[in-house]
This record gives sequence, C-alpha cells and structure tokens, in this order.
Amino acid sequence: MLNKLTLKQTIDQLDNKKITLEDIWADVLNAIKNQNDKLNVYLALNKNFKPQLNKPLKGLPIAVKDNFCTKGLITTASSLLLKDFMPQFESTVTQKLKDAGGEIVGKTNMDAWAHGSSTETSQYGRTLNPRNLEHLPGGSSGGSAAAVAADMCIASLGSETAGSVRQPAAWCGVVGLKPTYGRTSRYGVVAMASSTDSPGPITKTVEDAAILLNHISGPDPLNATSTKKESPDFTQSLDKSIKNLKIGIIYHNLPGLEKIWELFEPQLEVFKKLGAQVELANAMDPKHAIGVYTVVQRSEVSSNLARFDDVRYQYGRDTFGNEAKKRIMLGTHTLSKGYADQYYNLAQQVRTLLIKDYEKLFKKYDVLISLTSPGFAKKIGASEGEAMFGELEDKLVEVSSLSGMPGISIPCYRDEKTNLYLGMNIMAPMWREDLVIQMADAFEKNTHWNSWRNND
Amino acid sequence: MKQKIDKTLVKHIAQLAQIPISVQEEKTLADNFSETLRVVDELQQVNTEGVELTHQVTGLKNITREDEINEKNMFTQQQALANASRAHNGFFVVERVIDVE
Repeated sequence: MLNKLTLKQTIDQLDNKKITLEDIWADVLNAIKNQNDKLNVYLALNKNFKPQLNKPLKGLPIAVKDNFCTKGLITTASSLLLKDFMPQFESTVTQKLKDAGGEIVGKTNMDAWAHGSSTETSQYGRTLNPRNLEHLPGGSSGGSAAAVAADMCIASLGSETAGSVRQPAAWCGVVGLKPTYGRTSRYGVVAMASSTDSPGPITKTVEDAAILLNHISGPDPLNATSTKKESPDFTQSLDKSIKNLKIGIIYHNLPGLEKIWELFEPQLEVFKKLGAQVELANAMDPKHAIGVYTVVQRSEVSSNLARFDDVRYQYGRDTFGNEAKKRIMLGTHTLSKGYADQYYNLAQQVRTLLIKDYEKLFKKYDVLISLTSPGFAKKIGASEGEAMFGELEDKLVEVSSLSGMPGISIPCYRDEKTNLYLGMNIMAPMWREDLVIQMADAFEKNTHWNSWRNND
Repeated sequence: MKQKIDKTLVKHIAQLAQIPISVQEEKTLADNFSETLRVVDELQQVNTEGVELTHQVTGLKNITREDEINEKNMFTQQQALANASRAHNGFFVVERVIDVE
C-alpha cells in the first residue's frame, strides 16, 4: 500500500532505504489497474520509469493533467481535435518536474480544453469522484485531483485559470495550490485564458504542495509573462507559528450559502487557538467576478483556440464539443467590432475594481479566507444543460485568479454520510505563496480533516 | 444597452469563429448566449467612470530577448509537420482561401 504514502513520506523512506522505488511503482500501477476503468482518471499511462535516487523527486510517479505538452506521450487536453496529437516539445513545468527526478505516470482527464468545473465536458467521458462515485470530481483538473484522492499517484500537477486546481481539490478532499500568475511557466500548456492560466500542484498534503512548487516554479525565458524572480524555498514556510497573523474571512454572508457557512465557520476556531487574529471582512459581491471572468475568459479562449484546425493537427474545428463551441463563439462576439467596448473593455475595468478591492483588504489582513466552492461535490450530470456551471461553482476563487494572486484549497470538513469534503480557500497578495502555505500547513497539522494525516 | 442574440447573429459569429454549426444549434446557442450575457450585463450596474483597464497583472513591460537563433528550441521540418493532417513534399497542405465563392 505504498501508493498511500505522501510525497514527503516516500522521499524520506527512500532516503532511509526503508522502501524501494520499484515497490512504490508496483503499488501505484496496481491502484491504477484496479480503479481506472471505474473512475476514468487516466487517458494515457507510462509504466516505464528510471530510478533517480540522487535527485529530489527520486523517480516517483507523478500524475500530470493532459493539457501539459509531453514529448512522446499523447496530449489531448481531453479534446477530440487533439486525439492523436503527439507533442514535439516538452512544457517547461513538466521539463522541470523531470529535471528534478519526477516521472510522469500518466496524463489525467480534464474538462475538454479546461473548459468547465466538472470533467463532464471531457470528450473521453467524465471522471468520478473517488470519495463518492455518485459525485463529480470537479474540474477542470478533475482527473489530477481524483488521481491523488484515489492514491493512483504520489502527487499530481494541474492548472488553474479560475478554480481549476482549487475546486477539484476541494471536491476530492485533497490539497490544490494555485501559484501567483507568472510563478509557474505557461510554456507548453494548451492555453485557455492566457492572462490567468497558472500551473500548480495537487497533492495529499500542504507539505507536498510546497515541495512540488519548489521544483516547478521560477523564471522561464520561453514564457514572457513568467516571473523574473527566483522562487524562495517554500518548505521554509512549514511548521511556522501563525501567532498574530491577521486573517480576513470573506464571502461569509452570501445568500444561498447559509447552510454551508454553518459547517465552515466552526473550522475557523483553530486559527484563533493558534493565536491568529480572525475577523469577518467584506469584499465586493462575487457576482461581478462571474461577469468579468466570463467575458475575459471567453474572449481569450476565442483567440487561443483560433489556431486549432486540421492544418497543423489531425482533426478539424467540427470536432469541438458543445462547451468549446459556446466559449469560442461567445468570446468571438465579445471581442468583435461594436461589442468590445460594451463587454470586453467594461469587464477589464471591473476587473481593476475587483483587484483594488482585494489590495485594500490586504492592507489590513495577511491572508483572506473563504470557502473554495459554494458546496460539496455535485452529482453526476449536474453540469449538463447549465450555461454557466463553472463560473457559478468558481465564484469564490475568481477574483484571486483574475488578480493573479496565489491561493490554496485544503480539506476543512468531511460529511460522514456522503464522505464528501469541503475546501477552505486561503489567499495572499501577489508572490506570497509562503503565507498561503504557512497558514494552510498550520490548519492541516492542527485539525483532523486531511485523510493522509488522519486515517493512514 | 441590452442586446438580443438571435439566430442571424449566431450564424454570423459562427462564420467569424470558423465553427460549423447546425440549424438546430443556431437556436440553442442563441438562447444560451442570451442567458450568459444577462449575467454579464449586470456589470453595467458598476460605476466604472475613469477606471483603467486591467489586461495583465504582472506589471512586466516590453519583455524581449536577443534576436538570436535558439537551435535547442527549433523544430525540424519533419517535427513541424508531425501532427498535420496533410503534408506534401515537406509542406502543409491547406484549403484554398482566396478566389473561392
């Protein structure tokens, strides 16, 4: 059952020669064999690995979302248009993962082109939530979150445009870290919305997320919007006191969230016990974030997906599924002559106001905390026929995405009857992943909600 | 300004976006777009007078590189064509787009 170990545990136990890499791989591949037909997590598998015990990630099996271009491993972004697409180059993030000794065990299912928050728009079928098979894993990085929850990998990579790392992490009861925009390179990631796309780790613990972020982040000359700054060592933010840190709790009085708030509010007590100052704070109504995100994202999608046709790829634009068609077309409209002022420019103005609102709050608070998602994982089929399923599910994280700020989702409640989890979303100012990790690690280690620290 | 999305406009957008759609889809997409834009239209309640636009959040400006060939980051002709549906003598084959009806 070595597949149930965390990244940190496998690294430590390999160092101490208590276990072997071969045994870890055998257990992970076995977990995949036993569960993949049912859960539909992996679209492609790689069973060949090289032990790299002198490197930090040792040759451990890492799951990677199928929108990272991987040389020699088909990359579909869960779309039919890219069904046979064999990348001729490697994304920077997966290259860094490999350089650190990580091995890709497989490519995980997602919403097609990352358009959605359920995996139900995948053109290869939905993924099921390993915590409860009647429910969805969330998305778009639903396959990566499910791979972690089902111990079908040691850790995984996802990518977030607005919620696509944090929301599936919340729904699957795992940890999802969205770095500051530009901290992780977008080079070689099938683009969705270029102004917010951020690759990030989805892992079993906060500690694991910090370790992976250390290896995948940093400047990239191949991505002009990537940071010029080297990353700090994020593991330095673990096991640190949070005494006297100021926490602003936002989105605590939204209509429709009363019942979920009752479950969430008591979880904040632990921060007070640890000496942090916790206050209710008021942010701008997230309904405006929905409007802004919808326009910005569809506009950027229409531009990014213009390059996909059967000239450079094998299949044509008639293979786009409904969701991609809708997003490309609406984005074409919001950018077209005569409408750009009314939609696109107005959205970019309100985006400025949303960012300023958070900046103002961050003058008073070190971190902002909210629920990650407005509820538990929804049932299979929930996204079908909904015009804005993703936007509504992701409304509580959209501002931090539109502003580029980092955030993490960690498990903060488990419903005993359904075995489903709630996620807590911890956000910090630009480049302050250290605060996000510090706060999340303190919560995780002083509560019993993380199933890898609890049951195993 | 509220704007009605009808089948004619959907057909026009589909043409701009190069997305083939069926007659049935014209109607469902028109309804879907109208529903989405109703939410977007709420942005008009926000006072944005004099507010700047945010196109990007990095603050980076004019990121350039030396104008040098990076052979490590180049495709061979064969690699460039590796995923094409049709190639001929080392070139992409494309549909004619000029002088067509």
